[in-house]
Amino acid sequence: MSFFFEVLIGGLLAGVMYSLVALGFVLIYKASGVFNFAQGAMVFFAALTFVGLQERFGLPFWAAFVLALSVMVLVGIATERIVLRPLVNQPQISLFMATIGLAFFIEGLAQLIWGTEVRPLDLGLKDEPIESVLERLNMVISKFDLTAAAVAGVLVAVLAVFFNKTRIGRALRAVADDHQGALAVGIPLKQIWAIVWSAAGFVALVAGLMWGARNGVQFALTFVALKALPVLILGGFESIAGAIVGGLIIGAAEKLAEIFLAPKLGEWCQALFDVSLNLSGIEGWFAYVMALLFLLVRPEGLFGEKHIDRV
Amino acid sequence: MLYREAGQFKTTYAADQQIFPIRQDRWAMVALLAVAFVVVPLAAGDYWLTAILIPFLIFALATIGLNILTGYAGQLSLGSAAFMAVGAVAAYNFELRVPGLPLLAGFLLGGLAAALVGVAFGLPSLRIKGFYLAVATLAAQFFIPWLLVKVGWFSNYSASGVISAQQMEILGYAFDTPAKKYLLVLAIVAVLALLAKNLVRSAVGRGWMAVRDMDVAAEVIGIPIVKAKLTAFAVSSFYCGVAGALYAYAYVGTVQPEDLNLDLSFRILFMVIIGGVGSILGSFLGAAFITLLPIFLEVGLNGLAQALSLELPPGTTSMLQLLAFGGLIIFFLIVEPQGLARLWQITKEKLRLWPFPH
Repeated sequence: MSFFFEVLIGGLLAGVMYSLVALGFVLIYKASGVFNFAQGAMVFFAALTFVGLQERFGLPFWAAFVLALSVMVLVGIATERIVLRPLVNQPQISLFMATIGLAFFIEGLAQLIWGTEVRPLDLGLKDEPIESVLERLNMVISKFDLTAAAVAGVLVAVLAVFFNKTRIGRALRAVADDHQGALAVGIPLKQIWAIVWSAAGFVALVAGLMWGARNGVQFALTFVALKALPVLILGGFESIAGAIVGGLIIGAAEKLAEIFLAPKLGEWCQALFDVSLNLSGIEGWFAYVMALLFLLVRPEGLFGEKHIDRV
Repeated sequence: MLYREAGQFKTTYAADQQIFPIRQDRWAMVALLAVAFVVVPLAAGDYWLTAILIPFLIFALATIGLNILTGYAGQLSLGSAAFMAVGAVAAYNFELRVPGLPLLAGFLLGGLAAALVGVAFGLPSLRIKGFYLAVATLAAQFFIPWLLVKVGWFSNYSASGVISAQQMEILGYAFDTPAKKYLLVLAIVAVLALLAKNLVRSAVGRGWMAVRDMDVAAEVIGIPIVKAKLTAFAVSSFYCGVAGALYAYAYVGTVQPEDLNLDLSFRILFMVIIGGVGSILGSFLGAAFITLLPIFLEVGLNGLAQALSLELPPGTTSMLQLLAFGGLIIFFLIVEPQGLARLWQITKEKLRLWPFPH
């Protein structure tokens, strides 16, 4: 039983990391109605820039952080200028495809500038179990994961206040609702988009640092970011709380599936069809299939807003 | 002067409805096919045939498949490569397990198997659309290759996991040289492209386009929306499946589902966007563009590096390729959302007035 809880908690904490990436998606979606496929590439780019700055110029943590953040802000503003502004009022699907192009562009640019090798990233956090928990409950819970969870919590709180209590936050929500309507009541669309892309850059940097410290900064980070998509489907695209809850569910479910469901499925196949199968690697697709099934039941996600089609 | 429909009168409905209503277009098409079938296999070297023309034709077929789904029916899919994998593995297994099954029947059954899987993964499209659907098709892209690799039956319990595709043979005639393989692929692609071209002008195709433009409105005017969406998934996956079988048999010679990954799905989507969303001609143009671009980049970059006697870091070409793909996608979406096919239309309009423009 304690093994079950260990897997569950490990999964939940890994889910927090997915939520960190998913937050960036939600932020841009809420504010501009754009589903930003490039968020994963931005996470990768941010982490790579941070490590690259540290490595090449020997900058201390804070200097590298501030510089990487300003680079991300520049990327955000450039994106708004070059990609989004000409596509105002285009169908959502065109914007989505444009962000796929953007993802490729950023991935190429990042590796062209900083090289392709895997880089370690040391934040001074150790991925080791907390002793007191280990002694008392005999469970391995990583300090690193717990810190990541705390960081995610702080980020969510800040974003929630920002969206609900500030003037800019209200403007952002108005823009998300209706581009033209927001323009008509005098909300400066261009500035709002620049702000929101910069904020997404900030979230990408934090997520990139967390993931980079755990797995090393490498191209595979962009695949981790893809996992944020089922998280969003589950949680709903418009909801910050949804990103967190969705992340927790996906993280826990895929770890549990890998450890408990895969051997069971193998046994069933053995019993039913008399073939022995090694079904490891369920983790790779479980989240997506779960999201797919969930979509059939509740297309708007757990916390999303219901869509009404009008002709 | 040369390209002008003046004086070509249509006196029957059949003449009015033909695929190429203008005589010059028909001649150009015949000439193009003649060149493709006769001149190219004689003139092109083995490198051109195996490394450029065969993959170009196969990707063009897959692009037609995705274009039917995305361009005509408006359902975005990121799982085309997975359906290719289904087609390849199914064709292999039919050939392996049904003795004496003709090769073309194997390809056909492979395509049909892919169509079935496509319909299954298309079911969510009845409730969701846009990028929600894109995420749903990502599930196909991650799940299907995993299943095909993990379940030993599909690969006939091959220990190494590398399965060589069977020898291609029709009525005892072996397609073993690059030129012969090219001709087989070309024939299949030409027939299927003609079919697709006709399909999208039929009632089915018009239904797809109505669903794409606004599904609620289409439903209101009486288009069976469930049927339209599912047939789009079925036909699209069929094309992808046949393309996958050709990919395995005529191009790489092995059946490896893990090669048909997300990256390939994206590349096929790029072919659709750059070639022209909702255009059969565009599918060919886009496939040609995306197939040739990396080669030009590599040759150009190596030439540049030699001219300047620079030592390029390894991987520069593939990075530049990512940059170029991404940049071009954004460029086309902004500047010419209808892709290369639209440029061809503009050329035709210009040609109509040539050499005496207003």
